[in-house]
Amino acid sequence: MLTHIRQTSIGTGYDLSNSVFSPDGRNFQVEYAVKAVENGGTAIGIRCKDGVVLALEKLVTSKLLKKDANKRIATVDRNVGVVYSGLLPDGRHFVSRARDEASSWRSSYKAPIPGSSLANRMGAYVQAYTLYNSVRPFGITGIIGGWDAETELAVDGSVGSGPKVGAGGKKQGVKEGGPFLYMIEPSGLYWGYYGAATGKGRQTAKAELEKLKLDPKNGECISLEEGVKEAARIIYLAHEDSKDKEFELEMTWVSAVGGPTKGRHEEVPKALREEAERLAKKALEGEDEEEEKMEE
Amino acid sequence: MNHLPQAWGRPRDDVYGAYNPHYLPHSHGGHQAGHPNQHTQSPIVTGTSVLAVKYNSGVVIAADNLASYGSLARFTDVHRLKVFNKKAVVGFGGDVSDMQYLDRLLLSLHVEENYAGSGDVDDKESDVALMSAKNLHTYLSKVMYKRRSEFNPLWNALLVAGLTESNEPFLASADLLGTTFSAPTLATGFGAHLAQPILRRVVPDEEASKALTREKAVEAVKECMKVLFYRDARSMNEYSIAIVDKESGVDLKLDEKLEGQSWAFADRIRGYGTQTA
Repeated sequence: MLTHIRQTSIGTGYDLSNSVFSPDGRNFQVEYAVKAVENGGTAIGIRCKDGVVLALEKLVTSKLLKKDANKRIATVDRNVGVVYSGLLPDGRHFVSRARDEASSWRSSYKAPIPGSSLANRMGAYVQAYTLYNSVRPFGITGIIGGWDAETELAVDGSVGSGPKVGAGGKKQGVKEGGPFLYMIEPSGLYWGYYGAATGKGRQTAKAELEKLKLDPKNGECISLEEGVKEAARIIYLAHEDSKDKEFELEMTWVSAVGGPTKGRHEEVPKALREEAERLAKKALEGEDEEEEKMEE
Repeated sequence: MNHLPQAWGRPRDDVYGAYNPHYLPHSHGGHQAGHPNQHTQSPIVTGTSVLAVKYNSGVVIAADNLASYGSLARFTDVHRLKVFNKKAVVGFGGDVSDMQYLDRLLLSLHVEENYAGSGDVDDKESDVALMSAKNLHTYLSKVMYKRRSEFNPLWNALLVAGLTESNEPFLASADLLGTTFSAPTLATGFGAHLAQPILRRVVPDEEASKALTREKAVEAVKECMKVLFYRDARSMNEYSIAIVDKESGVDLKLDEKLEGQSWAFADRIRGYGTQTA
């Protein structure tokens, strides 16, 4: 792959400027931005039956860094979480823009922004940074996860309950909301996912995510608590390749209004996270033993 | 001398030219393009009194559920107490549209506060540094004062009830003029005349409020809500009451009804003096 890029780009100048197409229709600057993402700590998102889990392998670069401080997974509005892999400041900027989008949506529509609209707006924003040679693409891949309320929400600032009779323009029995998970790449490309992974350990993580039961159409889909445990295990597994480096597991979740987080994006409670980490370590040891047996 | 009375006492047009009303509100011939806007001149849909009392470990605050349109009791399920987080509740008197504006402002503030961690009402474990009632009162009073300084006031009288950073009971008011004050008992509007004297009998000073129990505080507030319903023509017998306690957090009840009213005596009253039957 790398040699291919070299062959077509070096000396031709097509990779020197953003928004420039190469003769075979590629934007090399965007592809270089993807390289920045591939160096970042693994970030994953899992869309479960009753919520979404976001997890991050946060590499500890120094013993002088305070434990459990320096949070990287950010909250947007109250029901959305963003985790990203790649250049930290780019991620911060991405989050800041997402917060602005959410608050401007609220000021127009007096309601929280739906996940699909937020993903759409952020996709458009990231894509705009591939259009001009005066800017550079985002050096991150962002994972946006959250829960759109399935219960009826009051309009922001509303007073009273309104008429007691009549449909009030609403359709009866329509099911709305639910968990959502989107991944946005440096090109601005985004899709909705059942499970998403990015960063250094994405290959391992993706392989593990594919083994999970995540498609609700198949009738079975893992629960939020299972999701938390799987997320911890996947991050630990994805870390195996860079075993020599220390890391911290950061995990957040969002559930339905009736669930443990009451529709809010929150950090996974310490007790649950530690339990998940314990199980993750145990699973890893178990795997090692199996491998040893295989070798025998 | 002009024979039209509305011109009396005004500079004469034939001497000084036509009067330039540009600085006056639109309703008085003012507000031309390029000149400053004129804003809210009077409230439309309004809520009446809000009352609150500090007790030994928290604050009780109450307001009825009525939004009046002049003398018309127009909306009867308007909840005028808004919970900000587990440490602060705001009670709104005055214009309801301005209350909605402030409610949205508080919501956006809460969303921003939430970026650092949850400030949920029922999240008792969270050790996130929450915005206290004192912080919230400072914020709201600045908003109110800025708006009155722009001659565009938010037509409200607010009570902010809750806890300080160190979990001491906190109660203070802010109004459309940006005026702020604090006391162990506070009431806005009609309540300032009818409820305050009663509440002050129970809680004359800070010391008395430190000795007051939660039950006694709730009882005093309920009693005052009843007196206000008897005598305030813009009041209603359904009300909201919230208790912010340092132990148990916020307890908000939205649809309470007044109890133990006494109207039996009315039977015996006949005429206005000499009439007996």
